[in-house]
Amino acid sequence: MTDKLTVSFFPHIRHKTTTSNIMLDVVIALIPTFIASILIFGPRAALVTAVCVFSCVGFEGICQKILKRPVTVGDFSAVITGLLIAFNLPVTIPLWQAMFGCSVAIILVKQLYGGLGKNFANPAVVARVVMFLAFSATMTAWNLPEYTPSWVLLSDTMAAPTPTMAGPTPLALLARGEVEYLPSMWHMFAGIRGGSLGETSALALLLGGVYLLVRRVITWHIPVTFIATVAVLSFLFGSLSLDFMLFHMFAGGLFLGAIFMATDYVTSPQTSKGRIIFGIGCGFLTVIIRLFGSYPEGASFAILFMNVLVPFINKVTMTKPLGGKGI
Amino acid sequence: MKKIKGLHIPHCKNTAQLVPETMPIPPEVRLSMSMHGGAPAKPVVAVGDQVKVGQLIAEADGKVSSPVHASVSGKVKSIDEFDPITGEKGEKSASIVITADGEQTIFEGLSPPVVTNTSEFLAAVRDSGVVGLGGAGYPTAPKLTLREGTNLDYILINGAECEPYITSDTRTMVDDAEYVFEGSMLLKKYLGPKKVIICIEDNKPEAIEKLKALTVDSDGLEVCPLPSRYPQGERKVLVYNVTNRIVPEGGRLTDVGCIVVNCTTVAVFARYIKTGMPLTHRSITVDGSAVKSPKNVIAPIGTPIRALFEFCGGISEDAKKIIMGGPMMGSAVPSLDMPTVKVTGSVMAFTAKDAKAFEPTPCIKCGRCIQNCPINLMPSHIEDAYELKNVDLLNKYKVNMCVECGCCAYVCPARRPLSHVMVLSKNMQWEARQK
Repeated sequence: MTDKLTVSFFPHIRHKTTTSNIMLDVVIALIPTFIASILIFGPRAALVTAVCVFSCVGFEGICQKILKRPVTVGDFSAVITGLLIAFNLPVTIPLWQAMFGCSVAIILVKQLYGGLGKNFANPAVVARVVMFLAFSATMTAWNLPEYTPSWVLLSDTMAAPTPTMAGPTPLALLARGEVEYLPSMWHMFAGIRGGSLGETSALALLLGGVYLLVRRVITWHIPVTFIATVAVLSFLFGSLSLDFMLFHMFAGGLFLGAIFMATDYVTSPQTSKGRIIFGIGCGFLTVIIRLFGSYPEGASFAILFMNVLVPFINKVTMTKPLGGKGI
Repeated sequence: MKKIKGLHIPHCKNTAQLVPETMPIPPEVRLSMSMHGGAPAKPVVAVGDQVKVGQLIAEADGKVSSPVHASVSGKVKSIDEFDPITGEKGEKSASIVITADGEQTIFEGLSPPVVTNTSEFLAAVRDSGVVGLGGAGYPTAPKLTLREGTNLDYILINGAECEPYITSDTRTMVDDAEYVFEGSMLLKKYLGPKKVIICIEDNKPEAIEKLKALTVDSDGLEVCPLPSRYPQGERKVLVYNVTNRIVPEGGRLTDVGCIVVNCTTVAVFARYIKTGMPLTHRSITVDGSAVKSPKNVIAPIGTPIRALFEFCGGISEDAKKIIMGGPMMGSAVPSLDMPTVKVTGSVMAFTAKDAKAFEPTPCIKCGRCIQNCPINLMPSHIEDAYELKNVDLLNKYKVNMCVECGCCAYVCPARRPLSHVMVLSKNMQWEARQK
């Protein structure tokens, strides 16, 4: 027996899940989307992603050194922020702008607010919104997909997407009324359309989402209520057109937002009830902004808005202790 | 109605099939006078007295207290003003040390008590020296003494044994099934509940089968298999999951017509009523990664845990943590000289690898502690309130209702010491109330 015994408080065992396992699972869940982005937008997608990931991890490490905090770049949380920022950018984005976005996310939103767990808004969402406002031109210069992988085409009769139908994002096309150039629903679902790197392929995002659900990293509450709210509202506002509804579900950043950005633990409610309110709120605001606002895309604004409401939602959705009195 | 789902924690019931073995008598036993809740027992022997197994050496002091009996035959070596369990010294913290002669002579004054009515039954329960053997340690007699006007519907015999590793209750239910059955019948007869339900987690099929066979013809006595989820055996959880009744905040189980008694407790007083032998020995699960050959051991109460490990082949070189009780709720002890007490159902030894401290990282607000709290508290919020030293917030979050099951800390991916914070918060709340 060793000299001294360890004395510690119960429990003496722990579940195997740790913060870094969870973050690693999110990274794994983002891999299909990463692959899809390269297939759809070409090798520069990988370059943009790499720049964002390394910038985020670098900024995090430097910040923690300067602020004399323990350096925790090994926990994968900065990697996720980097991936999510990259997936919110068009493939043609100048790399320095991408790095600027990463600095906003990590330095301003995360570290200056106290580091992991202390930020009130999702760093990647803020980065996207700030870049959207600061670099409107490059942030909306949607390039057409470079390749059309043959697996995407279900049959020979299905044409490869033409530049005109895949260039601008479908939401922008819709906003301009150029409906004749809209890509087909299958192209939309697979992601063969204009848009940010990681937002186009609902298929790849769903795969990641299922993985996160199976691994119990996220619960169904936020993604399901978020997407369902968008579906229901766009069905109602789109004069009950199923096409219009599906279109709103697959276009824009809904799946990326609902599965990966709105479910960020730190900036979403902790109770199931709170998560349902949060998801519905995100969906509602997304549709309102898309249909009645001056921006074609509303998911990130909606998430940011709801992030701010989280402390309040947590307060009103306090759990009721079993047998508790006066509540 | 929705049940409390609980957590799946690896069961590790390695010793479930091992019939308890009687260990050699240790050279010395130390019997604490505070092995139970309530007032410490008062010694009735003097240094140098010869005592025999089962002889009363300390009597119950007041209603909520319990007598202590000699677990070995031999000579009273000393009566120290020292409580080996809390480590406290002073008049109120006594323990009796008996040097064993190895003969294990049974005290000749033992005879089965006469039990014909409720008060005789309660007196017998008290004289048996039995306390809540599941770990709570509350004297059983006052627990079973109902206040006037109490409407008792259910007595739940707690055989859940939801803690990992521990199998001593399992063995009681299998090897002493008759006593568990007889004790349950006594409770039915003298306390008059509508039903007595023996609650067993479904990972103990042998115990369920055996008790089902015994109770098949008994009216108002049944066996209820439960999912093997932690903390199924927590009394409020058990009452809720079996009877759908919710114990109100600050209330007692009897407020909702229920009593929960541990299955080994029941077997002990049943044996006393039948044979006159009070609680002197009990079976203890000795397990853990540092134990060479894990076993169930029948040991005299007051045996140093060192002797228990020695009987199980000793502990490995790199043993680093010794726990009395289970890995979820047990307490780590600083020394192998600690004696066992009445409620010690298990002792564990873990290697350095398994005893590694959990380094806390920042809370990521994942909500796992909230989702897994059996009584719906919000441990992450309570931790914030504790750090702010905000007692009003602690009151609002009702930390006083925490049952200290450890689920919040178990699931925390950031390895935050939430259970510890819960207990400290309760103390803070209590201290504020004293002012």
